[in-house]
Amino acid sequence: MPLSDDGAALRLKDEDDVAVALRALAAGESVRFGSESIVLRSEVPSGHKFATHPIALGTLIRKYGQVIGKASAPISTGEHVHVHNVEGTRGRGDLAEAAP
Amino acid sequence: MSASTFMGYKRADGRVGVRNHVLVLPSVMCANHVVDVIGRKVPDVVTVGHPTGCAQVGADFEQTKRTMAGFAANPNVGAVLVVGLGCETNESKALAQEIAARGQRVEVIGIQECGNTTETIAKGVAVAKDLLREAAAAERTECPVSALIVGTECGGSDGFSGITANPALGYASDRVVAEGGTVILAELPELVGAEHLLAARAKEPVAKKLYELIDRVEARARAMHVDIRFGNPTQGNMAGGLTTIEEKSLGAAYKGGSTELREVLEYADAPTSKGLVVMDTPGQDIEQLTGMVAGGAQVVVFTTGRGTPTGCPIAPVIKVATNTAMFERMRENMDVNAGAIVDGTRTLEQVGDEIFGWIVDAANGREPAAEVLGFRDFAINRIGPSF
Repeated sequence: MPLSDDGAALRLKDEDDVAVALRALAAGESVRFGSESIVLRSEVPSGHKFATHPIALGTLIRKYGQVIGKASAPISTGEHVHVHNVEGTRGRGDLAEAAP
Repeated sequence: MSASTFMGYKRADGRVGVRNHVLVLPSVMCANHVVDVIGRKVPDVVTVGHPTGCAQVGADFEQTKRTMAGFAANPNVGAVLVVGLGCETNESKALAQEIAARGQRVEVIGIQECGNTTETIAKGVAVAKDLLREAAAAERTECPVSALIVGTECGGSDGFSGITANPALGYASDRVVAEGGTVILAELPELVGAEHLLAARAKEPVAKKLYELIDRVEARARAMHVDIRFGNPTQGNMAGGLTTIEEKSLGAAYKGGSTELREVLEYADAPTSKGLVVMDTPGQDIEQLTGMVAGGAQVVVFTTGRGTPTGCPIAPVIKVATNTAMFERMRENMDVNAGAIVDGTRTLEQVGDEIFGWIVDAANGREPAAEVLGFRDFAINRIGPSF
C-alpha cells in the first residue's frame, strides 16, 4: 500500500484512480508519490478521495484495485472524488424499466 | 501454537455459552409492557421488546418466529421466560415449544390466561426468580475457541473502515478460523460489488448461492425503482468519505478475512459449517446483530468509523474504532483503536491480535463497552407487510 511521501495520503493499489486522504488536506497542497506530484484542486476531508490522474466522464473508477463506480462528470487530477462526480454502478434500481 | 481456550458454559447440546443470562421474551408486542415491568422488578434478567409477532404471514412470519427461537436458544442464555398475550399469530406456547426443541430451558405465561396485567407480572416475577436460581447452577469450564461463532459487523463506516478496522478484524477472523471456530460475515447489501472476491474463495454451490442472494438485494432495489445509495451508504457514511455501495462493500468484505467461504445462510439460521460463513442480513445494524446472535453467535466484533454505540442484550459486542479522532471522542463506547494503523503507531497485525485477544477475553467474561453500558438493542428483520 504506497503511502505518499509525507504519509498524508494512501493509494491502495497501483492501478487505482484515486488516493485516500489520511488527514484533512487543503486546496493547493501538493501530495507526492515518489516522482509523481499531485496538487489538490479542492479541499479533501480526512478519509475522502482525490483523483491521481484525469478521469473522463463515464469512466469506471478503481479503488482497492476494484470498481467503485463511474465518473458522472469529468474529474481533474487533484480533484475531490465523491458523490458530486461519481455514481454507483450497482444497486441502481432507479435505472430499472418501469413495470408495464 | 497450542489451541486457545476460554472458560465457558457448556450446554446440554454441546454448544458453549459465554454468558449465562435468563431472558424474558415477549412473543408479541402486546406483551412488551409486562416484560419490561418484570425486568424492572427482577433486574438480574435481561428483557427485550419489539414491534412484531402478530398479523404476520408466510416467510415473514416464519423468519420472525425463527429469529425469536434462535435468539432465545443462543447458548449465552441459560433459561427463557416467554410472555404472550393469548390471541397473537406468534402463539407463545408454540414459540416456547420451538425454543425447547432447540434444547433450551423455557417457561411460558400468557396475559389472557393469567387474568390481567398485574397478575401476569406477579406470575412472571416468580417464574423469573425460579429460572435465575436454576441457571445459577451452571459453571464455567475450559472450552476451545473452536466452539465460538463470532459475528462480524460494521456500522457507521467511513473512509478508514476498509483501510484499518475491517482488515484488522479480518486478520482476527482468520485466527478464529485457524483455531477451528466459525466467523459470520453478513449485511448482504454491503457485499454488493465485492461478491466476486468472496465467490472466488468458495466452492459450488456456495458461490452460486452467494450470487443469488446478492441478486436478490439488487432485485429489491429494482422493484422499488430506487438507487440503493439513497439509504446505503448513509449520509454519515458519505460525510466520512464513502461514495458508493461498491466502495463500502469492498471495505466491508475485509472483515471476513481471507479463508474459504464455506456456507451461505438465510437470516437467523445457524451455521452448519466451521470456518467463514455469510448470512443474509440487511445492513441495518440492529437487525443484523439480532440475526447473527439468533444464528448462534456468542461474541460479535463491530467496527465503526462515525461511532455506533449499539449492543446486544445477550452477547458481548466489541467495538473497534477505524480512526483515532473518533476513538478519543467516543472513548466510553470504544474498545479497540484501529486508527493506530494509519497513525503509524501500530501494525495491522498488532491490532488484529488485540481484537482476537478481546474475543477470547469477552468469551471469558470480560465486558466490552456496549455491555458495560447496558445496551439491549433488538430488532427482527421483516420481509413482508403486517396484515
